[in-house]
Amino acid sequence: MGTTITRRMALLASVCAATFGLVATAHAQASLKIGYAISRTGPNTGGAAVTTLPNYELWVKEVNAAGGIKLGDKRVPIEIVQYDDRSNAEEAVRAIERLVNQDKVDFILPPWGTGLNLAVGPTLNREGYPHLAATAVTDRAPELAKRWPNSFWLLGTSADAAKTLVDLLVKLRDDKAIGDTVAMVSIADGFGIDLSSAGRKALTDAKFKLAYDKSYPIGTQDLAPIINEVKALNPDVFIAFSYPPDTLALTEQSRIAGLNPKVFYTGVGTAFPLYRQRFGKNTEGVMGIGGWSGDSPAIKDYLARHKASAANGAEPDRWASAVTYASLQMLQQAIEKVGKVDRAAVIKELQTGTFDTVIGKVKLENNMPTRYWWVGQWQDGEFYGVAPAANEGARKAVVPKPAWVAQ
Amino acid sequence: MTNAILTGLMLGGMYALIAMGLTLQYGVARIMNLSYGEFLIAAAFTAHWLFTGWALSPFVGMAFVVPAAFAVNFAVYKLLLTPLVRRARTRDALEVDSILATFGLTFIVQGSMQSMFGGAYYSYSYLAFPVQVLGETLSANRLAALGITVVLGLALYLALTRTRAGTAIRAVAVDPAAAQLVAINVERTSALTFALGGALVAAAGVLVSTFLTFSASSGVVFTMKALIIVVMGGVGNILGCLIAGLLLGVSEALVASLVDPGLTLAVNFALFLAVLLVKPAGLFGRATR
Repeated sequence: MGTTITRRMALLASVCAATFGLVATAHAQASLKIGYAISRTGPNTGGAAVTTLPNYELWVKEVNAAGGIKLGDKRVPIEIVQYDDRSNAEEAVRAIERLVNQDKVDFILPPWGTGLNLAVGPTLNREGYPHLAATAVTDRAPELAKRWPNSFWLLGTSADAAKTLVDLLVKLRDDKAIGDTVAMVSIADGFGIDLSSAGRKALTDAKFKLAYDKSYPIGTQDLAPIINEVKALNPDVFIAFSYPPDTLALTEQSRIAGLNPKVFYTGVGTAFPLYRQRFGKNTEGVMGIGGWSGDSPAIKDYLARHKASAANGAEPDRWASAVTYASLQMLQQAIEKVGKVDRAAVIKELQTGTFDTVIGKVKLENNMPTRYWWVGQWQDGEFYGVAPAANEGARKAVVPKPAWVAQ
Repeated sequence: MTNAILTGLMLGGMYALIAMGLTLQYGVARIMNLSYGEFLIAAAFTAHWLFTGWALSPFVGMAFVVPAAFAVNFAVYKLLLTPLVRRARTRDALEVDSILATFGLTFIVQGSMQSMFGGAYYSYSYLAFPVQVLGETLSANRLAALGITVVLGLALYLALTRTRAGTAIRAVAVDPAAAQLVAINVERTSALTFALGGALVAAAGVLVSTFLTFSASSGVVFTMKALIIVVMGGVGNILGCLIAGLLLGVSEALVASLVDPGLTLAVNFALFLAVLLVKPAGLFGRATR
């Protein structure tokens, strides 16, 4: 048994040597080693496959096509080391440790989702790697940014998300576009719990009448009872802090039951291209979390490049995708400005620098951006950002939502 | 109230549909198939591909998907599971071996779906229009799925109780050793039953794909649900499967509309526990010694 293993190892070693021999003997900084662990299996796969992976791949492809990242006066290509974190926090942390200690990568790109970004935060902080969390929404972001100065929370806080939505509703009510009955449902999981508790407070403070306020467990396969009950209450506003499968199911069920409130808002997944593909004309007027400046040339260009690069010509989602790509541009610009693999200096540059990205000029304050898109709306087949209204490129919200049409 | 019961019946019908194949595979062929949900998702992907690529209605697609699934499952049993069946000394040993083998199969099926379709969510719109039943609005695709479940369930029940082959299948489920004494080819019957279970789960996958959003990694949810229903209804019992599925569906819908949608899971498991406490072999299961 022992000899078999040794022999097999020797064979493996010789194959490796033959394949990578050239790389190994070349100059030390012949490439920039970038590692990531991402969910290729498990419940997070759906999100990672839409929002994160295509952007990582697009960015690496583009940078390498341009000759690589500029370190001083020469360009070095990016070399990728990647693992599957199996949507599991322990596995994600182990993978990060492997990237640091065994693969000795120069930089690390974050995993997808709030939970995994929180999980790998301490490790990345201890090892001194910049942590550009582009797919995490958490109320603890400001506190975490202070505790881990290497971490950057680019998607903001759920309290802010709920507050911006309610601000928009208040404005619509002041304009007499809507009344004050609201029905709210949420998924009984991290995201839904955070947003619904923030939303509940903001709605009550703004004196809205919360006619329905219930949560449902993750993996619920029939949401008809919820929609039927909401329909009986005839609210002006329907808010769902939902995950992609239930976002689709709630929309489908509302269309079938004929629940057509003046404002129809659903959670994660509304900004996915899949949503438009599934509902076609019926997306018109649907609001959801996220949004982007769909008219900006930089975004249009990004959309075209993403489509050309991704498998099956997949489009990016209209929320965290562009932010993820922007975070990669920021990392690249920070590295090029520093001009060498000096992670502490790159972190410092990310904290203080101004970056030119697809989502416009980004300058972080306390490791967080100063503006976010919180409410988007499907208008003429594009998911435009509508709130905060002060954002550049914000469209005016179309209220009331047009009636559902037969598909 | 009517509405809650109707939606509950439809949800329950879906649960029963998902579980029928497993109750055959587990109850008769004695294979605890952990890759069951993956086969369901594979059928869903095929239906999606036929619908978007070839504009083929999922119900027509079933005519291709179901026989193909039968053949694939037959091959899986013959190639992968027969060696396990031959070497297993007891039923318990076979159960353990089959759990391990099909757990491995889970990764193969999931991995190949992932490489073909990626990890993203898939969904399409078919028969997604409202239908009025007893003055309540229901969606046509779920109603159609319920109808097909009832037809499949009844056909299967009649086939198992009224035909010679069905009697042979039940004999194998009760006692494979004694079945051999009356000239039943146990290995062949087991293989065919396993394949039949596979065909049923494929039908379920096609129907479910018309109204649920799925991704390459969502199979495990269905395996779990099916397992609960199979154990609750009594392993190997189609009628038990139907009743347990409907019971879960109706109780979920009632709780969701009368109490709180947050409690559906709790009710699910409370019901499951209650049944197991009163009848450890399931609603229609015979206690075995």
